[in-house]
Amino acid sequence: MNPLLIVEEIDVRYGDAQALFGVGLTVRTGETVAVIGANGAGKSTLLKTVAGLLRPARGRIAVDGRDVTALPAHRRARLGIALVPEGRRLFPSLSVEENLRIGAYRSAAGPWRLDRVYELFPHLAGLRGRSAANLSGGEAQAVAIGRALMSNPRLLLLDEVSLGLAPIIVRQLYAALPAITAAGTTVLVVEQDVAQALAVADRVQCLLEGRVALEAPASEVTRAAVASAYFGV
Amino acid sequence: MTVAVSRATPAGRAGLGGAILAAGALASAPYLFTSDITHTLVDLFVFVVIATMWNLLAGYGGLVSVGQQAYLGVGAYAVIALSVHGGVNAFLAVPLAALLTGALAVPLSLLAFRLHGGYFAIGTWVLAEVVKLVIAQIGPLGKGSGASLTTVSGYDPDVRVAYTYWLALAVAVVSVAAVYLLLRSRTGLQLTAIRDDATAAEAVGARVGRTKRLVYLIAGAGTGAAGAIVCLNTLTVQPESVFSVQWSAYMIFMAVVGGIGTIEGPIAGALLFFGLQQALSAQGPVYLIILGAVGIAVMLVAPQGLWGSTLGRTGFGFFPVGHTLR
Amino acid sequence: MTWANAVVQGILLGGLYALFATGLSLMFGVMRIVNLAHGDLSVLAAFLAFALGDALHVAAFPALLAVVPAMAALGYLLQRLLLQRSMRAGPLAPLVVTFGLSIVLQNALLEWFSPDSRALDIGGLGTASLRLSGAVSIGWFALLCLGVAVTVLAGLQLYLSRTGFGRAMRATSDDPETVQLMGIDHRHVYAVAAAIAFATLAVAGVLFGMRTTFDPSIGPARLIFAFEAVIIGGLGNLWGTLAGAVVLGVAQTLGAQVSPAYAVLAGHLVFLAVLVLRPQGILRTAGVLP
Repeated sequence: MNPLLIVEEIDVRYGDAQALFGVGLTVRTGETVAVIGANGAGKSTLLKTVAGLLRPARGRIAVDGRDVTALPAHRRARLGIALVPEGRRLFPSLSVEENLRIGAYRSAAGPWRLDRVYELFPHLAGLRGRSAANLSGGEAQAVAIGRALMSNPRLLLLDEVSLGLAPIIVRQLYAALPAITAAGTTVLVVEQDVAQALAVADRVQCLLEGRVALEAPASEVTRAAVASAYFGV
Repeated sequence: MTVAVSRATPAGRAGLGGAILAAGALASAPYLFTSDITHTLVDLFVFVVIATMWNLLAGYGGLVSVGQQAYLGVGAYAVIALSVHGGVNAFLAVPLAALLTGALAVPLSLLAFRLHGGYFAIGTWVLAEVVKLVIAQIGPLGKGSGASLTTVSGYDPDVRVAYTYWLALAVAVVSVAAVYLLLRSRTGLQLTAIRDDATAAEAVGARVGRTKRLVYLIAGAGTGAAGAIVCLNTLTVQPESVFSVQWSAYMIFMAVVGGIGTIEGPIAGALLFFGLQQALSAQGPVYLIILGAVGIAVMLVAPQGLWGSTLGRTGFGFFPVGHTLR
Repeated sequence: MTWANAVVQGILLGGLYALFATGLSLMFGVMRIVNLAHGDLSVLAAFLAFALGDALHVAAFPALLAVVPAMAALGYLLQRLLLQRSMRAGPLAPLVVTFGLSIVLQNALLEWFSPDSRALDIGGLGTASLRLSGAVSIGWFALLCLGVAVTVLAGLQLYLSRTGFGRAMRATSDDPETVQLMGIDHRHVYAVAAAIAFATLAVAGVLFGMRTTFDPSIGPARLIFAFEAVIIGGLGNLWGTLAGAVVLGVAQTLGAQVSPAYAVLAGHLVFLAVLVLRPQGILRTAGVLP
């Protein structure tokens, strides 16, 4: 079966600095792939490039066989890619429910509607009228994930869900992942929390200073291998 | 290995020398040319001053003002007030007018600084309108029809034009020199830091508010001096013309097209504008349409302006303000 | 005219100012662009209506049907082609570009139509009035202007808060990058906001032209009124703009009671007073959209 996402040898620059050097990645439909690495390794850059917010200076990105390298972000979203951005990036002028609704601005057909999202994250139902500016980190992260789900994506990109959150909250959030993948959604997770990443992923890739340092099925990866790829020792 | 920090490159020193020579050459103009020509050149010097001041405000201070005509007008009227009503020699009134205008900038800044960005811009425009309306109520200054500078009629016309010319040249030289020295100073360093990133600058101790206010005061005083020269050169002052927002259009055009954020840019812009005006002003509204369109085009296509996109890129300059490591 | 009547007239004038200020407010709220050509664009709209009347004998009110869509289209194109580019070139650029636009517009109108004052003829409607009491009478036209203003403001408020695209506009003003992740083209959103802004200022411009005479040079004065209305009312609230506009209108008509020459100055002084005493405006809220 065709891989859903192919990232081929991409170089990505931020102004004068280069963040990714010839990075490649393949994600098959229905898989959950985790990309791990230290701060500044280029993980978020990779996700942003897949989502279309950044353009690679070199290389190619294909979704379901279609070359999307030059496609702007708002068009890529319509192909079924949804990014939960680093830092949540909710819209502070909108309420929780409005944030969720706007996720469905260009939604494909699918199971994810408001009621289903409230089922997945029950504590959000009571917050639906609250301004998104007044949420705790965990609540905001749930809304951000819900917002991405509302478009019924084929490929869900999760950028540093654990950032700034207490471990118990992170576990609760990741506990929702099976419900998401059960519906057939392919998931690409970027995480600093290695244990959490390995717990949910089928395959794992480790980035070190913009390059791929390790790539293997999650079950086969050893702690020593991860440590060496993560820290470059 | 020791590293020396130098304030000027050889090219920069040569350029500065060249600028001084040029000023000297210009000073001899009244001996070489008729008063028609020197009278017209005063316009050029006025342009250099107001463009330099606007650039200081916007290009270095980050303050886009569309109301500097307030200070131009006040400077002009100050000469009338001091000379016709105060008995001060008309030429001596020019530096005094600059001081008075700078003083006015203090209370006006308290009002204007409550606004930011685009709303600051319009706010300065409103203040200029208010100043105009207030001055147009003052009887001794001629109200709406304006006033004439009657106290220079004792001079021989050629002599008067020559004195005006030299004074204008002096004002232009002092204005550019003042901006140059300011930018070379510690305050100037703060300014550049603030321009690049105000929050970061504040974090390392730059006094953003005070520095911006200082820049606003200097720009006001400088523009006031230019207004005083305008009064001397045209011998009459009218509220509608001296407080016209068109002056802001000129300043913005010169600074933007010449090159914002450099000292040479506004001078280049002033030269260009002066040339255009000499060539085209007979065309009336069409000339201004071209001006506006060029200003827009430059801002979109070459935001560094004429100077900034060309010679400025090479690091060459007449007024070196940077620091070079050797 | 008595003082009571002056206040009433001021309120009615405020309605028109509010309609006029809405466009300025909207462009700032969504794109953070202060359109210095705002006043001149309203004058352009009035001249378009005038030209239609002159060339095709279209009456003033029906002319709105052509002028408003034309100006909306102009707004969309201007934002998409010119202002969008200027937004990338730093905070100075949109101000310089819109100011340049103002100069170009004023002088183009001057070239095309000459400096003569014009007016849009609305026949008897201009003077017909409703007598409320011995001293106070309300012009039907002025009432119409207020009615249009309130309707447009309410409609816009509803549009922003209840519709999908309105939601997209509010989200785009918060975060134009993230909004792309939802499949929304932020440049299109900005352009629609500009189109709406231009449409409202077209209506205001034409109504103004029916109310008083206009000529190519009065754009800047109008811009200043719109700006004062927004500041007096407070940024962040469309209804604040209405409140500010009414205060400005009343200040001007009361000033005119003292002496016709003081009308505009009175407005300026109230604006300055608000700036000194309550810089956040009368109705400052925490919202993003004015």
